[in-house]
Amino acid sequence: MNVLTYVESREGKVRGAGLEALTVARDLAGKLGGSLCAMIIGEGAAANAISLGKYGAGKVFVVEGDDFGGYSPEAYREAIVAAMKAADASVVVMSATSLGKDLAPVVAAKLDAAFLPDCTSLEFEGGKIVVKRPVYAGRCLITLSTGSFPAVISLRPKAFLAKEESATSPVVTALNVDTAGKIKSRFVEFRVESAGKLDVTEADVIVSGGRGLKGPENFYLVEDLAGALGGAVGASRAVVDAGWRPHGEQVGQTGKVVNPTLYIAAGISGAIQHIAGMRSSKVIVAINKDKDAPIFKMADYGIVGDALEVLPVLTKAVKALG
Amino acid sequence: MNIAVLVKLVPDTEATIKIDADRRKIAAGEINFVLNPYDEFAVEEGLRQKEKAGGQVTVISLGGDEAAKALRNALAIGADEAIQVKSNGGLDMLGIAKALADAIRGRGFDLILAGKQAVDDDCGAVGAMVAEFLDIPHVSIVTKLDIEGDKLTATREIEGGVEVFEANLPALITAQKGLNEPRYASLKGIMASKKKVIEEVAATISTPKVEVITLTYPPQRPPGRIVGQGVDAVPELVRLLREEAKVL
Repeated sequence: MNVLTYVESREGKVRGAGLEALTVARDLAGKLGGSLCAMIIGEGAAANAISLGKYGAGKVFVVEGDDFGGYSPEAYREAIVAAMKAADASVVVMSATSLGKDLAPVVAAKLDAAFLPDCTSLEFEGGKIVVKRPVYAGRCLITLSTGSFPAVISLRPKAFLAKEESATSPVVTALNVDTAGKIKSRFVEFRVESAGKLDVTEADVIVSGGRGLKGPENFYLVEDLAGALGGAVGASRAVVDAGWRPHGEQVGQTGKVVNPTLYIAAGISGAIQHIAGMRSSKVIVAINKDKDAPIFKMADYGIVGDALEVLPVLTKAVKALG
Repeated sequence: MNIAVLVKLVPDTEATIKIDADRRKIAAGEINFVLNPYDEFAVEEGLRQKEKAGGQVTVISLGGDEAAKALRNALAIGADEAIQVKSNGGLDMLGIAKALADAIRGRGFDLILAGKQAVDDDCGAVGAMVAEFLDIPHVSIVTKLDIEGDKLTATREIEGGVEVFEANLPALITAQKGLNEPRYASLKGIMASKKKVIEEVAATISTPKVEVITLTYPPQRPPGRIVGQGVDAVPELVRLLREEAKVL
């Protein structure tokens, strides 16, 4: 059975999550005894197609045109369905980014396919695809399986490593996708809300602040450390609800679930719903005045102290590393 | 405007989740169940659109007694009518969306709202699937919604920015935090909700394509370790992050 990967790109650039998906799909195609095909949609698709050969894609389908400049669930759905047909694929793998979270269920419904969303592990055992995915915001993992094809799978960004393999020169094919009369929600524009700032779901380092920062005016301390580490700024629900920070920064069950390499929680006590959103971080650092704060149970390294005092010193020390 | 809102009952976000002896679901035990937080934004948006344009708000939930409870909660907040799509479970995500779409079809809803995801299974898929089955446009993860006549403009949150979409009604929208500030149920609303009759329809049965094998806890993290007190601990923290954790 062949496997198709939709490799996500934005503004002409292939996204890291897309290459992670391609790597996972390559392993799956190997186990299924099928070939690995990739597709790219939108701006710069043709220009990026060859580069996917490094990840083992033998065939790359390219979809470009006016209807694919911005995301459209219906246009992208049509593109994926057309590529699956062209690739004779039984499985499509994509990324559970904000785009993939919207698109994967649409494709699954269209194809009446088995649907395995936001997976953090994927195996093929005894003729079935077996995945694990976090539920209850990561407080449990559910193992799901399907032997039903076609199957639509999306992968949580940063849960898998993108790995190149011996380069192949893929066969690149431009696909003509007929979208006439099919587009129902019309893309108007993309607006950057946080110019130059990393989103918490995409960052390798996150510095999050909570009530212990005392007020929104002190969040520059969090921003400074995040800046020194090349990371993103996060926030607890308490400070988002208090209006100190935008909800796009909220880490936790009703915010974003993150899994960076390094997570620094400053002035955050560690409510269950916050822990749920960051517990899969590789290394957790906590800075809190209260030595009994639950966050210290999760933290690989803790400093008992006032975040307002510790943060600037830590920022300086990080900067001194160069 | 004829508005539908899809709702679900979920464990309180502060609840401690324990896995049931069957290792396939959570132990309901002492958990406090609440209306899914994102559904609160959806219900609120439904009420606001109704207050602006007139019409009524019908809440819809799939399941057994828990679905009825979710509907009572939403009625207490101010929804006018409720439909329980009765199911004893056994449906996968696609089956749930099909059953909801079947219950919705033909009722002439102009606007269907849902939370962007339920905070139990965290799939975030039902809204988009229902729209696809109904063959209507959808916009997911919406933080701003404007409706003029039969045209809507929705702002959707994505990594690092927002996307703006336009669509014609009927359409489906999934609500993200920030869309509005949900109201609380009033005492009067709670009393009135108890008297309302919930319409019951049977869920369409479909054979699940996806099987639940098991539910497990994530790997335990090693016990936490305090490096030191106050600013004096910073050099040691930096050394550990650099030499032991190798993340700097």
